[in-house]
Amino acid sequence: MGLVGVFLGFRASEALRKAGWSFVTTQEWNPDGGGFGIAAVMVGTILIALVAVAVALALAVGTALYISEYAPRRIQRTLITVIDVMAAVPSVVYGLWGAFLLQWRVVSLARWINDWFGWIPIFKVDGVARHAVQPTATAYTSSTFIAGIVVGLMITPIASSIMREAFSQAPVGEREGALALGATRWGMIRAVVLPFGRGAMIGGTMLGLGRALGETIAVVMIISPIFRIQLHILQNGTSSIASLIALRYSEETPFGVSALMAAGLALFGLTLLVNFIAALIVSRSRSGALSEL
Amino acid sequence: MSVLPFPAPGQPGRHEAPSDAVPLPRTTLPVRTGTRAAPPSRRRLTGARLPDVLAVSGAAAAALATAAVLWTEIGPFTGIFGYVVVSWLLFVLLYAVLVALDENSTTMRDRVSAVVVHSLALLVLSALCLIVIYTFFRGAKALIHLNFYTQDLRSAGPLAPLSQGGLLHALVGTLIELSISVSIAVPLGLLAAVFMHEIPGPFSRFVRTIVQAMTALPDILAGLFIYATLILIFGLNLCGLAAGCALAVTIMPIICRAADVVLRLVPGGLTEASYALGSGQWRTVWYVTLPTARSGLTTAVILGAARAIGETSPVLLTAGATNYLNFNPAHGPMMSLPLLAYSLVTNPEPNYKIRAFGAAAVLMILVLLLFVVLRAVGGRGPGRLTNRQQRRRMAASRRDAERLSSRAAMHAAGGALATIGIIAPGHDGSDGGDKQ
Repeated sequence: MGLVGVFLGFRASEALRKAGWSFVTTQEWNPDGGGFGIAAVMVGTILIALVAVAVALALAVGTALYISEYAPRRIQRTLITVIDVMAAVPSVVYGLWGAFLLQWRVVSLARWINDWFGWIPIFKVDGVARHAVQPTATAYTSSTFIAGIVVGLMITPIASSIMREAFSQAPVGEREGALALGATRWGMIRAVVLPFGRGAMIGGTMLGLGRALGETIAVVMIISPIFRIQLHILQNGTSSIASLIALRYSEETPFGVSALMAAGLALFGLTLLVNFIAALIVSRSRSGALSEL
Repeated sequence: MSVLPFPAPGQPGRHEAPSDAVPLPRTTLPVRTGTRAAPPSRRRLTGARLPDVLAVSGAAAAALATAAVLWTEIGPFTGIFGYVVVSWLLFVLLYAVLVALDENSTTMRDRVSAVVVHSLALLVLSALCLIVIYTFFRGAKALIHLNFYTQDLRSAGPLAPLSQGGLLHALVGTLIELSISVSIAVPLGLLAAVFMHEIPGPFSRFVRTIVQAMTALPDILAGLFIYATLILIFGLNLCGLAAGCALAVTIMPIICRAADVVLRLVPGGLTEASYALGSGQWRTVWYVTLPTARSGLTTAVILGAARAIGETSPVLLTAGATNYLNFNPAHGPMMSLPLLAYSLVTNPEPNYKIRAFGAAAVLMILVLLLFVVLRAVGGRGPGRLTNRQQRRRMAASRRDAERLSSRAAMHAAGGALATIGIIAPGHDGSDGGDKQ
């Protein structure tokens, strides 16, 4: 299984040797003439993943708490199945939904954020007047923000099911102790459930982050690729490593494929790192300590 | 095994009282004086109280109305999305104020956080419903035509009406690729899981780490890996076999990891009992561990299959794309449902878009079917049996009991014969242990 990494490294070495350090700093992607590098796509990948995690963290914690603490016992199992189904919905379906339904609904929100918070650099949109009477909607479509929301919805069920398992394992004695001391339900959750599940919350989020970094099809369907570092998350045009591979693999020369391999290797390294940290945090935490029979 | 806490026969038991006991202290009942007051009415601990309901509905009404005024009369606001967001924020604010009028701040925090948690969960659920319903809604025009399921797209050009052409080729391709990937990934994944479970040590820890890392492998990299090995090096052309291999690389770690978790839940007592009865390690695995975990293992396989059905990116790189029906996985490009949806939707023709949504809807139906199967077979803890399995077990153990008792009767007869010196005791080896 480690073959994949070794193999990618082997195939990528040709391209890496040619590009050298400029591979990390170059923004454009043109292997057969001129330079190529992952600076732009890497930044795009990380930004999309960060937006996705910001969306997914809130949704996943809310859903996990609802299922483990608030939901009536009768519907708990059904809800768990529903979340599993959501995890199994194919990414192309999420992509269709994001590109055709969500895109045009989010534009108004994006414009609102730009109008009022455009002075924060990350929310700035170039070429659009703030508070314009007749705003140009296309400046806000196909952005990092929209791709991030869709990917965030995709990773919510994964993160949520890890958190839910940890929350529902919070020791009953401590819960009842908190309630007996007069805590409200929220007080009990804050004092017992959340500290107990903290490791799982961080770990689940990071596992989701790993998924978000590698998400391909939904991102391809939404973004319009550009190859320069795009820090304005609301603005049209962004890019990610996975979508770069999906869009370019068929039209490349052998050297170009090698360059794509190098980009894939960078992505592989990044997700591997994130996941190892996540696994470490999950296994270090108290969560699941009682699962051994 | 621990020593059983029964007193040995012949020694006095612990519960026998000593004979020269002093008179035991007796319980004294308090004497009730006067008439009892009427019992206080029992407090209702569950269910919603009227003020709560009023607070929630009042806050909701006020928030919706205020946002409506903002939208239509005052501000330059547009868009239903913003309306929902703003009215939700107003709702939380107003609800907090309403609760704060009656209760202390601790209760208010409790109520507000309950509202936030409920609405987040509702948001996730409604997003899921919206995704499913929207896909079916947009694809409905294609789904109602019978030819959508019985034809491929070879005759349907971009302008062809929906009554021509369909997704049969993608459906067949998906099923073929699924069966290839499952038949590669399930044996390997389960074997690896059994290996990790049965032979603990540094190497199996290493394998477990690798598997955990592999679950994080971006699916496009699985496709790229197969593309670079099977296609570029071994000269296979774009075909269903390559796509099946790519899907197998994607789902193997998922199956392996889920199976590993399930195997760890098999009660240690069962395997130890099997060892104690003298069976070897692999016999124990085959007859005790795997059957006990069967339900969970099925779940693992189905989860993997659900993932394999829906993956687009590995297939995109390895299967090629075609409009023709192709039954041969080893030769010629092969279509699958997610790939069909993806490639159709990039086409600007409206009929192709409708077909794309139709393909996505069929895909959703397949995934949901898998989950119905999952609900039917899975979800039981290790070692829990269905009613039918339980009846079968009971019948088997009744047969065993009959067999044993008949054997015991035979032995008794044999023993009796032995005592009168006709045959030697222990003739069939099974009662050799209890010779005098």
